[in-house]
Amino acid sequence: MSTKQLALVIDLNVCVGCHACVTSCKAWNTAGAAGPLSDQNPYGADPSGTFFNRVQTFEVGEYPSTETVHFPKSCLHCEDPPCVPVCPTGASYKRGEDGIVLVDYDKCIGCKYCAWACPYGVREVDEHQKVMKKCTLCVDRIHDELLPPADRKPACVMACPTNARLFGDIHDPRSEVSRAIQDAGGYQLMPEWGTHPANHYLPRRKTEIKVRAEDLERVDNPLKIDGRLPKPALKSPSLDDVTTW
Amino acid sequence: MHPAWSVIFLTTLIGVGQGLFTALFAVQALDLVPAGAGFYWAGAVLALLFLAAGLIASFFHLGHPERAWRAVAMWRTSWLSREVIVLPAFMACVFGYGLGHALGWPASGPAGTLAIGALGIVLCAALFVCTAMIYACLSFLQEWHSPLTVVNYVLFGCASGLMLATGFAALVEPHLARLLAAWAAGLTLAALVTRAASLARNARLKPKSTLQTAIGVKHPRIVQTSQGFMGGSFNTREFFHGASDAFLRSIKWTFLVAVFPVPLALLGAGLAWQTPALLALAFLVQYAGLLAERWFFFAQANHPQNLYYQRIS
Repeated sequence: MSTKQLALVIDLNVCVGCHACVTSCKAWNTAGAAGPLSDQNPYGADPSGTFFNRVQTFEVGEYPSTETVHFPKSCLHCEDPPCVPVCPTGASYKRGEDGIVLVDYDKCIGCKYCAWACPYGVREVDEHQKVMKKCTLCVDRIHDELLPPADRKPACVMACPTNARLFGDIHDPRSEVSRAIQDAGGYQLMPEWGTHPANHYLPRRKTEIKVRAEDLERVDNPLKIDGRLPKPALKSPSLDDVTTW
Repeated sequence: MHPAWSVIFLTTLIGVGQGLFTALFAVQALDLVPAGAGFYWAGAVLALLFLAAGLIASFFHLGHPERAWRAVAMWRTSWLSREVIVLPAFMACVFGYGLGHALGWPASGPAGTLAIGALGIVLCAALFVCTAMIYACLSFLQEWHSPLTVVNYVLFGCASGLMLATGFAALVEPHLARLLAAWAAGLTLAALVTRAASLARNARLKPKSTLQTAIGVKHPRIVQTSQGFMGGSFNTREFFHGASDAFLRSIKWTFLVAVFPVPLALLGAGLAWQTPALLALAFLVQYAGLLAERWFFFAQANHPQNLYYQRIS
């Protein structure tokens, strides 16, 4: 637990499902050093392509009490990744120094066994390069000394307009992501398989002000003035800027 | 899962080769045919043909077959890597076994055909385990994650190999046909028991992963309204078989009929009328049934990632 484990923390409470992370991920990684994320038939009737990141939408509950949950999904960089030990060539590996799960595209034979071994479905074969691809946490970006420190973040995190994506080291208890997980009840996906995903999700939360009767009116209310509304002067604006006369 | 023909042919063809070699070695171990007979070396050639065909089929599964040699690297952790090592080693053993018989090497002794055969049997068993464990070790593919997967691969391979050995023996060593047919029938019936057990087990499986655990929202009613894209992707192609339930059921009954009762009936008829053609037909029907069985084996496995890909919009 002492070593670094970089991860994303995704706040489902603020994700608005705009897909900016999807497009910025595709844009950065298709132009990256590792080669394009190829598309097949992109403008045709049946388009298909390789993506590291997707935003899905779920409806929770039954009308009228329904809630829409936008759910971004990318590689979770599991602490115990099931995709790594099954790889016959060692192309799939987990980096010791920062915990990122990566694929060595030059070693991958395209057997797809790692994709079978991932319960989350976050590995995709590039139909053009015939190798397995997956989220790299923008490994070519986050360690780039030429970028200003504020820009050394994954493309999806940079793009998110609502700050729903946080990036950092979840093994450092003082990091932004660790505090977010602790304070907002961050959880892991499919904990039943013991993969210990590094990426965490923050749940939807309702912001409710609990107003009790005694907050508005004292139980004894000695002067009988609690609960009486203030009476502004005829010409002056009221508390909510509306004349109440 | 989407059944891949390359893997279906790989697993069924090498199963036949392994079963046939097991039959050859069993015949020699019981000293039913003298060493050096054509039964052994021609049988080894036949087994090698099946193993080589399986190996060739496996290359069609790879995106980069020219890098296949790299797959020997991770034998410490990967059953696939172990299979990649054991299959050529076993083929080399079968080749040595056939060569020994063809050149008239002695049966006993450290370099005798019996010793080579014994090593071959060990590798054959290891290959069965490696092939089956590739599937059985994936815990969240609950249909596969069972010792029955290994047992079925062993029994189906041995049954089909002995079915072939029976037809082959009817041509070159007719006095063996009856015994080998009895073994083939016994193994086929044993496979019926274990496959029926795995079908029963899979029918009552309760998926451990649900939409609730997949997205971490605790509510009894969650439906996907969008999987995030409108076209296809690797995830929608690789993990869905796309066939209807009725088709799946028909494949199940096809293999249950073609693997078990029909070959057994043909076996009996071939022995009763002394017709090698019927024995060969018994093998062919069972092999075709095994293709359906393997297709069903892959199609039935329900990958938890499918929870994330339910709705296009």
